[in-house]
Amino acid sequence: MSPLVEIRNLSKVYTRGRQKIEVLHHVNLDIARGDFLALMGPSGSGKTTLLNLIGGLDSPTEGTLSVGGERIDRLGQSALARWRASNVGFVFQFYNLLPMLSATKNVELPLLLTKLPAAKRRSHAGVALELVGLADRAAHKPGELSGGQQQRVAIARAIVSDPTLLVCDEPTGDLDRQSAVEVLTLLQRLNRDHGKTVVMVTHDPKAAEYATHTLHLDKGTLVEGVVAAEAAAQAGS
Amino acid sequence: MKYFNLIWAALFRRKTRTLFTLLSVMAAFLLFGLLNSVREAFTSAGHSIEGASRMLTISKVSFTMELPQSLDMRIQSVPGVAAVTYANWFGGIYQDPKNFFANEAVAANFFDVYSDLELPPAERRAFVATRTGAVVGASLARRFHWKIGDKIPLQATIFPQKDGSNTWTFDLVGIYHVTNSREKQQEDAFFFNWKYFDEARQFGNGKVGWYIEKVAQPKDADRVAQAIDALSANSDHETKTQSEAAFQAAFASQLADIGLIVGSIMGAVFFTLVLLTGNTMAQAVRERIPELAILKTIGFSNRSILVLVLAESVLLLALGGAIGLGLADLAVSVIRAQGIPIPMLPVGLAIWLEGFGLMAFIGLLVGVLPARRGMRLRIVDALAGR
Amino acid sequence: MLRKIGTTLAIIAAAILPVIALVWLPAWAILVAIAVLGVWLALTRTGRQAWSATAVGIATIPQRLGSSSVVIVGIAGVVGVLIALLAMAEGFRATLHETGSDDTVIVLRAGSQAEINSVVDSDTIHVVAEQPQVMRDAGGKQIASPEIVVDASIPKKGSTLDANVEIRGVGEQVWELHPRLRIIAGRRFSPGLRELIVGNKAAREFAHTSIGSKLQLNGEPWTVVGEFDSGDAHDSELWADTNVVATTYHRGSSTSSVTVRLTSPQAFDAFKAAIKSNPQLKLDVQTTRTYYNAQSEGLTQVIRLLGTTVAVIMAIGAVFGALNTMYAAIATRTREIATLRAIGFRGVPVVVSVLIETLLLAILGGAVGAGIAWALFDNYTASTLGANFSQVVFEFRVTPALLAAGLKWALAIGFLGGLFPALRAARMPVTDGLREL
Repeated sequence: MSPLVEIRNLSKVYTRGRQKIEVLHHVNLDIARGDFLALMGPSGSGKTTLLNLIGGLDSPTEGTLSVGGERIDRLGQSALARWRASNVGFVFQFYNLLPMLSATKNVELPLLLTKLPAAKRRSHAGVALELVGLADRAAHKPGELSGGQQQRVAIARAIVSDPTLLVCDEPTGDLDRQSAVEVLTLLQRLNRDHGKTVVMVTHDPKAAEYATHTLHLDKGTLVEGVVAAEAAAQAGS
Repeated sequence: MKYFNLIWAALFRRKTRTLFTLLSVMAAFLLFGLLNSVREAFTSAGHSIEGASRMLTISKVSFTMELPQSLDMRIQSVPGVAAVTYANWFGGIYQDPKNFFANEAVAANFFDVYSDLELPPAERRAFVATRTGAVVGASLARRFHWKIGDKIPLQATIFPQKDGSNTWTFDLVGIYHVTNSREKQQEDAFFFNWKYFDEARQFGNGKVGWYIEKVAQPKDADRVAQAIDALSANSDHETKTQSEAAFQAAFASQLADIGLIVGSIMGAVFFTLVLLTGNTMAQAVRERIPELAILKTIGFSNRSILVLVLAESVLLLALGGAIGLGLADLAVSVIRAQGIPIPMLPVGLAIWLEGFGLMAFIGLLVGVLPARRGMRLRIVDALAGR
Repeated sequence: MLRKIGTTLAIIAAAILPVIALVWLPAWAILVAIAVLGVWLALTRTGRQAWSATAVGIATIPQRLGSSSVVIVGIAGVVGVLIALLAMAEGFRATLHETGSDDTVIVLRAGSQAEINSVVDSDTIHVVAEQPQVMRDAGGKQIASPEIVVDASIPKKGSTLDANVEIRGVGEQVWELHPRLRIIAGRRFSPGLRELIVGNKAAREFAHTSIGSKLQLNGEPWTVVGEFDSGDAHDSELWADTNVVATTYHRGSSTSSVTVRLTSPQAFDAFKAAIKSNPQLKLDVQTTRTYYNAQSEGLTQVIRLLGTTVAVIMAIGAVFGALNTMYAAIATRTREIATLRAIGFRGVPVVVSVLIETLLLAILGGAVGAGIAWALFDNYTASTLGANFSQVVFEFRVTPALLAAGLKWALAIGFLGGLFPALRAARMPVTDGLREL
């Protein structure tokens, strides 16, 4: 089966003032459908940048990036926005939810971009919230939820329009141990039982254990054949 | 539309700040409503449908000079004149000079020409039949608690009676109403019989203050006006005939350039409002950059972010502005119901439309820069907190 | 619960009382209060703490230029509009106030209120002029001027609309009644001829009023031969020989009024008593000061009411704008305030510092507003209808009293806008603030 994500010779260069910083160097990578990939590396290794590119939040400077057979490196900003709406769900470390909307309304947000009527939007959101186990908190605002619960609502929002790809950037970085376990278990379940392909950036080796594969990045390139334990020792940042 | 929930929630994210800003917007549009109500009272006098077919003939020398009553017949015979009536400014005082209201001695057919002053036929007949009869507007009657049958004395300032006394006493026989809300200020007047006036006045008998003509065809107005003035050309009582609207406009412009005053005040008010709401919107968007970034990750296009912020800005202005104008409307009704004699017209459609136009304009103006900022944010930088 | 109500009431009282004080206290008292504050800031320990907290706050203003300008511009708007409108009222009042004096008396027909409504016949004129209280000139003639007031319709300069201008026929003694009057161009009118002199303000506003112009008055041609300056409302009038005006307007031997000069202001009571006790005369007797003052009362009060009402509504808007700004200001300075309080600054210095900061912004706004009002409106010419239904031209007067009033309003608004944020800053839990670090 063809991989969901095909990356060839991918590079990203940032220009800060006069300086050019090459964050990713000629990365080559395939991500299979139904995979749960953990991306690890020290800070500055380019893992978040790679994640952003895979999720279509940014465009590469060089190379090709194809997701689900579509060359997203060739899409402009508005086309990328449309692509994201139907193909990717995001979970971030901070700021996931709009504080003035209830959990249901937060989860409904991606559906506002569709033509679904209000009743259908509400029911889809309800299904997503049930999936993450927070149906009883549907009317609560983020301020009334714990960190772990907020992340689960964010995950509900990420899956509500049924995307193939879930992109998570340090989803447990701000959570206590128990909430982290809940979130990771949920991601795992989505991956195993519902076939979602998950790409997760993390610095926590315990989190990486929930993934099916782990890759390491260092200074913008994928590090081949480094033992996970060693990488964990180096990634104490 | 479906985004309304999102826009409303965004607006009330910081309840106190939004509330304070709304109160400032309300104050601005309260002033807008009140001041324009006064301005309209000045500038739109005489612009009624009835007024469009009426003209005033005054002395060309000065509007305080009188005209002979004999002109009445001659004006009637001018082609195009449907009806003629006449009046004299009396300028009487009721109890205290501060209780100012218009009082005039008018011909018997006055209410035919001024049919917008609605007087029941029975009271009209009583007016003509009673020598000392007087007819007042409903607002004036409410102000001084007059009822039909009351005897009302006025102190003359210009016209003493033949016996030298300044006191003229009248019997209230009728109360008229004005249904057109834009002409409501006409309800503050007092009319009595010219016949009684002319018989009893000490001097100037047989003289009339001004004539009012009703033209059969408003489009003939200019021609008829010239014909009327031609009657008195080269006499000792040369006349000037003009439309009611033109006369009122000339008078109002002598009182004050009310348009300039109101315009200047509102200019200052809206300038400060733009600054205030612009600041609020800028702050609001600045705080929400990460949230706008999340919306973009979900797939909201740049343009939709722009529209969301602009809509929020316009909603802020529209909400505060509508409440402010509503308060102005209420205030004007209360002031007029109490009979407080400030010239004000009810806040009408024109003012509401102009108000909404301003709300939209200011909303867009103060929203543009924050909206562009939100639209142009780079997702990656915004989420990283840069 | 009761305690909460009590505290709320106390805070509201703390807000209202100083505002009332500001409105009622004279300017010098406020300056004294400011001086006392300055001494307290410099000399007491709490005061010095307050000043250092204020300095910290002021140093951050450049970062908050946008929101600080909301306070400044908002208050500038209120003060500017208030002063402009009050200057209009003051200008009109002053013009009429200066028109009269305490030793000249105007006599009108009883009940007429204004000269345009009044008629006095020649017998009456004689009786009035013959009173012993009337001053005589060097040649022994009574200083009495029988005067006729009529309106004429003339277009204003640069307009097609007619406006009413006042024509005043004056007696030959009128020059003794107006010692301040000077002919600034041309010459006096010659008695017996159809000649006019024009007040300098009327000359500015009306067409056909330059020297040599011809005006049609009641069908007769008149010539303008001079321009005068009397420094009062008469500058809006056109003057001529009363006998010629009487002929042109068919007045016979009657005039509108008689104005006389008394031997002294104290002679007024006797003069009035003499006139009033004469059963054949039905006249109103007032000093010209009283007469002209009364004319300005109505309009002046209306404009002052309008100005105050508009300013109050604008001030409400400005207070809420200031509240927003200052709440935001202290929110961004949570760290600094918490640190200060952790170090040991008590509530009072923090409250005072926030208040001072707001008041400084307010004073700046007030000064800007007052400055703009003064620059744009002092001596701005306007005209309105006077008591004789003719144009009275006057200038706006931005007086020091008005400027002081404007600054007081600015302080009041600043106080209201700063008090509640100040109290909030003082009550902020220290740990919340330090957590921001």
